[in-house]
Amino acid sequence: MLSTFLAVLRRDLLLAWRGRADVLVTLAFFIIVVCLFPFGVGAEPNQLRAIAPGVLWVAALLACLLSLHRLFAQDYIDGTLEQLLLSSEPAALWVMAKVLAFWLSTGLPVVAVAPAMGLLLDLEQGGLPVLILSLLLGTPILALLGAVGAALTLGLRGGGMLLALLVLPLFVPVLIFGAGAVEAELSGSGAAAHLLLLGGGLAGALALAPVACAAALRISTD
Amino acid sequence: MTNPERGRSLLRFAAPQNFYPLAGRLAPWFAAIAVLLTAIGLWIGFFVAPTDATQGQVYRVIFIHVPAAWMSMFIYLVMAFWSAVGLIMNTRLSFVMSQALAPTGAMFCFVALWTGALWGKPTWGAYWVWDARLTSQLLLLFLYFGFIALTRAIEDPRRADRAGAIIALVGAVNVPIIYFSVQWWNTLHQGASVSLTKAPSMATTMLAGMLVMAFASWAYTLAVVLWRVRPMILERERHTEWVGTELERAGKLSQTAGGRA
Repeated sequence: MLSTFLAVLRRDLLLAWRGRADVLVTLAFFIIVVCLFPFGVGAEPNQLRAIAPGVLWVAALLACLLSLHRLFAQDYIDGTLEQLLLSSEPAALWVMAKVLAFWLSTGLPVVAVAPAMGLLLDLEQGGLPVLILSLLLGTPILALLGAVGAALTLGLRGGGMLLALLVLPLFVPVLIFGAGAVEAELSGSGAAAHLLLLGGGLAGALALAPVACAAALRISTD
Repeated sequence: MTNPERGRSLLRFAAPQNFYPLAGRLAPWFAAIAVLLTAIGLWIGFFVAPTDATQGQVYRVIFIHVPAAWMSMFIYLVMAFWSAVGLIMNTRLSFVMSQALAPTGAMFCFVALWTGALWGKPTWGAYWVWDARLTSQLLLLFLYFGFIALTRAIEDPRRADRAGAIIALVGAVNVPIIYFSVQWWNTLHQGASVSLTKAPSMATTMLAGMLVMAFASWAYTLAVVLWRVRPMILERERHTEWVGTELERAGKLSQTAGGRA
């Protein structure tokens, strides 16, 4: 079972590495969205500092959303997905591997550059560790929830917009606790509660989302 | 129904050809009950119930607002229930039911938000505040939109049914999470005035008006859903024999009605 997981993981990571440009586009998108905010709300440092956690989180969320369609689309077109579904291995297992590879190739780079973007918005340095931690816990939840949406909208006309409509309301709790963690840390009340809730959310999503996603894939390829 | 051997169990109505005439027969009754209860409820609400001591006349919007908010949440649960039944038991009618419920749920959700905004302006001084309950209601509306958009976007009804059922269930799991996370985030809305465990903090006539309106909303929902289910059943079962005879009968009826006119 572990070998299936690792094989799918290695394959998807290799594909992501060969198509590095896509990963870089996601990263560039994240950076540009963050950079748009000073133009929109003004370059007043106090204001930027106040909205920084929310801006970084919303940008990370949008970057995840816009790359979600890549999760299954290629495999769906070339038939790999059907072969995987026909295999005797439990579908939730390789779905988990695909989502992990997706997160490693799109979520993790975003988490890595987020502190630098935080500095651009004059986020206090004391908040940076919590920002990284909240993104590390939160973005995998986004990837897991998004995978269900991506599986359901596979091959549909206007799938991108539909995917956004389906998953954005589900992303709201993650956004609340993610951005809230940084704000709580900066206001001095401590981020432990927010981070624990994010961790709990991740555990729940890890348990439920791959099964729902596998069921959705079966429906979409039927 | 003419054949007693086909089982007396209520389960026989899970078959579309049995449910179709039943829905047609029940819908007018529920519609009549809805009209009657709405009239009574609005009469209590606008003429019998006393003016609120602190909020004045404005509070009377609750006779529409609260039942609509209750219904919007309840209908989502019913939708998720039928989706689960459909996925587990593989009954086509369950999916039809959940898809017929969605527009009504979204409508109630919108009514609750709209009347809430009208109430909020004179009471809080703003049409909209980012309060926990308002926000979770808004997100519920988005969940309804997502469900409706997904089921309409997929052409193959089999896939649309199942995909819609999955997103309804995922949404149902998330509704409490959204609700509590938003509550954590911000709370300004007044606490619930009606609870099953403690005495209601409002006049009995107000409560009565609200409950009558809630039952009216139930009856309305049942009537509209049963009406909406009928053409959906016909569309999906169009290749079957009973739909052919049914349509022929309906055609003849409208022809004789047209000839008489």
